[in-house]
Amino acid sequence: MIQVKGLHKKFGSLEVLRGIDCSVAPREVVCIIGPSGSGKSTLLRCVNQLEKANEGQIFIDGVEVTSPKVDINKIRQKVGMVFQHFNLFPHKTTLENVTLAPSKIKGIKQHEARELGMELLTKVGLVDKADVYPANLSGGQKQRVAIARALAMQPKIMLFDEPTSALDPEMVGEVLAVMKDLALEGMTMMVVTHEMGFAREVGDRVIFMDEGIILEEGLPNNIFSNPQNIRTQSFLSKVL
Amino acid sequence: MSIELIQAVFGINFIENITQIKGFQVVWESLPYFLKGGIVTLEVTALSVAMGMVLGLFAGLFKLSKSKIIYAIATIYIDFFRGTPLFVQILLLYFGILPFIGIQDPFSSAVIACGLNSGAYIGEIVRAGIQAVDRGQMEAARSLGMSHQLAMVYVILPQAYKIVIPPLINEFIALLKDTSLVSIIAVSEMTYRGNLVYANTYQAAWVWGSIAILYFIITKTLSIFGDYVERRLATE
Ligand SMILES: Nc1ncnc2c1ncn2[C@@H]1O[C@H](COP(=O)(O)OP(=O)(O)OP(=O)(O)O)[C@@H](O)[C@H]1O
Ligand SMILES: [Mg+2]
Repeated sequence: MIQVKGLHKKFGSLEVLRGIDCSVAPREVVCIIGPSGSGKSTLLRCVNQLEKANEGQIFIDGVEVTSPKVDINKIRQKVGMVFQHFNLFPHKTTLENVTLAPSKIKGIKQHEARELGMELLTKVGLVDKADVYPANLSGGQKQRVAIARALAMQPKIMLFDEPTSALDPEMVGEVLAVMKDLALEGMTMMVVTHEMGFAREVGDRVIFMDEGIILEEGLPNNIFSNPQNIRTQSFLSKVL
Repeated sequence: MSIELIQAVFGINFIENITQIKGFQVVWESLPYFLKGGIVTLEVTALSVAMGMVLGLFAGLFKLSKSKIIYAIATIYIDFFRGTPLFVQILLLYFGILPFIGIQDPFSSAVIACGLNSGAYIGEIVRAGIQAVDRGQMEAARSLGMSHQLAMVYVILPQAYKIVIPPLINEFIALLKDTSLVSIIAVSEMTYRGNLVYANTYQAAWVWGSIAILYFIITKTLSIFGDYVERRLATE
């Protein structure tokens, strides 16, 4: 579903990604862990081309998205993204947040958009908040709306960049529960997270990144119980 | 007849004294004439601001363009009109440029000059407003597959407009005062009319004093309205 080959990314003279190779199979949930500044967000943002790589290729569904000829808007419709700080549209209601993209991009009719929006809000447990503005939602509710919004274009892949890091602890669970449901439905997911419990339970594979390279990857149980790399060991000893 | 009305309101003695004053009589009789000039002032201002908003929207968007040419066009336009006096711009356009494209009447020339000038200022306001919208908003919209234009129209601009309204009202008020400069090309607005009355009567303090008060009443009304709009936006 996703193939990343020899990816390099620099910000000025700072080389944030230094040769990343990885892939995600259909229906697979890959969790990316690693210390702050190791390039996890940058990798995710390269996948949907919010950042342009300096070198290397990325393929999504067999299409090279790093090629200059690709229609990036088409690709992004297949790849939903959820951000650490939600980035909901504050001037739109919850429902409008979800329906904006399908109505403007696909031009679907208002009642169809509403139906789709309500269906997705039901899925994340927020139908009763359909007409509320984001300012009146709790953090956990905001992030669930953001997930519904990302699902509105019916993507094949979902990218999550620390979706629970900005939440109060008591709200982390509700968001993780929605993500887990999504995983069980067979969504292909790339999740940057500090929630080791989630990675262990829901993840099919865990990737450990440090200083712009993948140091170790494998089954969650192996990585967490028996890390091979010394840096993985020291990272896990701090967070577990 | 109207002087009698004033006498009735303020009492005969006070009024007898004031109505004896020549300057007061001049102002009193010219008041309707000045007020009609005030309407012209408002017309020039409103049309200029309308033109300025259209120009300013594009100037602001162009200023954020990745294309070097589009950016350069916006920069030259904004820098020129902000970097030279409006007075000179009015003279240059009215005498030097507009006649050659067939525009000769003072009113249109005044609107074009003031519109171009305010477009430059509004361009900077629009640019700053767009940049004040959180970067994550554009990223979220683009990550859904919206084009840059769709994201601008449905996500960024509706948020930028709230940021832009207060400075826009300030610009409106500043421009209203600056339209007094178009009196030089004989647009019959308030300052021009004041000048005519002054030239006939030499009542400088009375004439210019009352013109100043009329400008003040208009700008104060606008700024009270502006404060009200600002408060409304803040609570929305
Ligand atoms: N737009 C940018 N311009 C310059 N430097 C950047 C930019 N984005 C990220 N960086 C730098 O790149 C490095 C990697 O950032 P990245 O956000 O990918 O790390 P991360 O692994 O997601 O960290 P965190 O866990 O803190 O989110 C950091 O040193 C960061 O300061
Ligand atoms: Mg990050």
